[in-house]
Amino acid sequence: MSERYYTKKHEWVLVDGKEATIGISDYAQDQLGDIVFIELPDVDDEFEKEEDFGVVESVKAASDLYMPISGKVIEVNEDLEDAPELVNEDALSNWMIKVEVTSPDEVEELLTEAEYKDFIEEE
Amino acid sequence: MYPYIANTPKDEKEMLKRIGVESIDELFADIPKDLRLNRELDLKTAMTEAEVTRHMNELGKKNCTNEYVSFVGGGVYDRHIPSVVDHVISRSEFYTAYTPYQPEISQGTLQVIFEYQSLITNLTGLDVSNASLYDGASALAEAAFLAVDKTRNKEIIVPDNIHPNTMRVVETYLRFKNIDLVVIPTSEKGTFKKTALEEKISKNTAGVIVQNPNFYGLVEDEIEEIVKLTHENKALLIMSVDPITLGVLKSPGEYGADIAVGDGQSLGNGLNYGGPYLGFMAATNKLIRKMPGRIAGQTVDKDGKRGFVLTLQTREQHIRRGKATSNICTNQALNALAASVYLVALGKKGIQEVANQSAQKAHYLYQQILEKTDFKPVFDHPFFMEFAIQSDRSATDVKSELLKEGFLGGIELEQCNAKFKNGLLVAVTEKRTKEEMDQFVQVLEGLK
Repeated sequence: MSERYYTKKHEWVLVDGKEATIGISDYAQDQLGDIVFIELPDVDDEFEKEEDFGVVESVKAASDLYMPISGKVIEVNEDLEDAPELVNEDALSNWMIKVEVTSPDEVEELLTEAEYKDFIEEE
Repeated sequence: MYPYIANTPKDEKEMLKRIGVESIDELFADIPKDLRLNRELDLKTAMTEAEVTRHMNELGKKNCTNEYVSFVGGGVYDRHIPSVVDHVISRSEFYTAYTPYQPEISQGTLQVIFEYQSLITNLTGLDVSNASLYDGASALAEAAFLAVDKTRNKEIIVPDNIHPNTMRVVETYLRFKNIDLVVIPTSEKGTFKKTALEEKISKNTAGVIVQNPNFYGLVEDEIEEIVKLTHENKALLIMSVDPITLGVLKSPGEYGADIAVGDGQSLGNGLNYGGPYLGFMAATNKLIRKMPGRIAGQTVDKDGKRGFVLTLQTREQHIRRGKATSNICTNQALNALAASVYLVALGKKGIQEVANQSAQKAHYLYQQILEKTDFKPVFDHPFFMEFAIQSDRSATDVKSELLKEGFLGGIELEQCNAKFKNGLLVAVTEKRTKEEMDQFVQVLEGLK
């Protein structure tokens, strides 16, 4: 598995060949507060990069989830349906969706972990 | 001088001075002159209390109340309302209560909502119900939003045999959200045409609407196939239903519908000259987070005692805001309470009885009309408690002859669709007597 990349909208993505795993950053879960519901897409749904694929609802707000890269959903983390708080507990291991990557080159446009750290320090 | 307005002319002057304008008119300077009224409102001079009473009584006399026998339906029905309904809803705790902004302090209101929801889920055979919506028409539009939001598609398919007024409301709601409303033709029999759906449905479809019984009172007979076709295309099936008919007909849940909506007027609410009524909405569990409005739930307090909470608050006001499916902030609490009391008073058997009696009486009247008069059926298909007839005379004429004899005759179908020339849609409820129906037939016979 490769390096973890980030977006400025606070999603992370791990790309392994044609497969990518997507979640939200630890910083994002901390900002959101207690997560009460995560709305995720269905398997086979297709999304473009930056398109919204779901919503995270916390006690503070509802925030859209944006695709770090384009792809077709191949798996959805169903554990989050009943236990969305898992993302608060560990945002990096509790992924949200797995997709089949349609444009692998898009990874180049994402932030590395170091770049993302700099980015959130500025925010 | 200003009995109900706290500000005296002196206060007014001071306020204007403080904000730096000369007159109240100046506050409206932004509105173009030609859009302003530019004169005083045409209001009558003040009346004394005695004059007001007399005036209101005269206005009241213009209402026709019980002197007419109604055969009008089209979604709103003259049914018997047990006196317990008015007794309960007239209690000031319910009658005067406003929407529970601090919900958990209003346990009684929440319990009413919770019990209403439980009754609606029982009736529709679906998992969850919200606290109610404005009326059946807006409930259908909200159901369309729900399907669009869930599927992320922007196309709703509807047959042209739903109530024409409901269609107008749905069109209006959808137009401003840029949702395509695809209207498909119905069959010769007046029912949903599956082949027309096959032609239009695609992976871009968000939802398919079926009304049962449909606007013409006919019982749809291909719902299973329509549900199957809809789900094969990953769209949601929305059923618009008459709650009373669910005492006998298969429920939306049994058909596999995703959302059920309808007007709850039939459940213990008066005709009310067109409103207020209530719209109900029930759906499957997986749609709960996207349902419009609020949902009350039952829980236990710290001592383990039963209590009620707003499990899902009106979504646009809390948390979801702009991402909410709907902007509805309210529910029809008092009307929903009437519906709940009605359902509880009648019970499962009572609802079946109301539905059966309505259907049997409607079929009696239908047979009598066909046997004794020149009227012919418009459709050749099983109906529930409402049917369409036609003759050589215009429905307007027929209705005015009926009115002379004290009958509200029905709905003129030609006004809804020009192809049903002289068509009259007649509804029969459990409240109609044999005498009333026989007299109704006599009037039609006399038209020969």
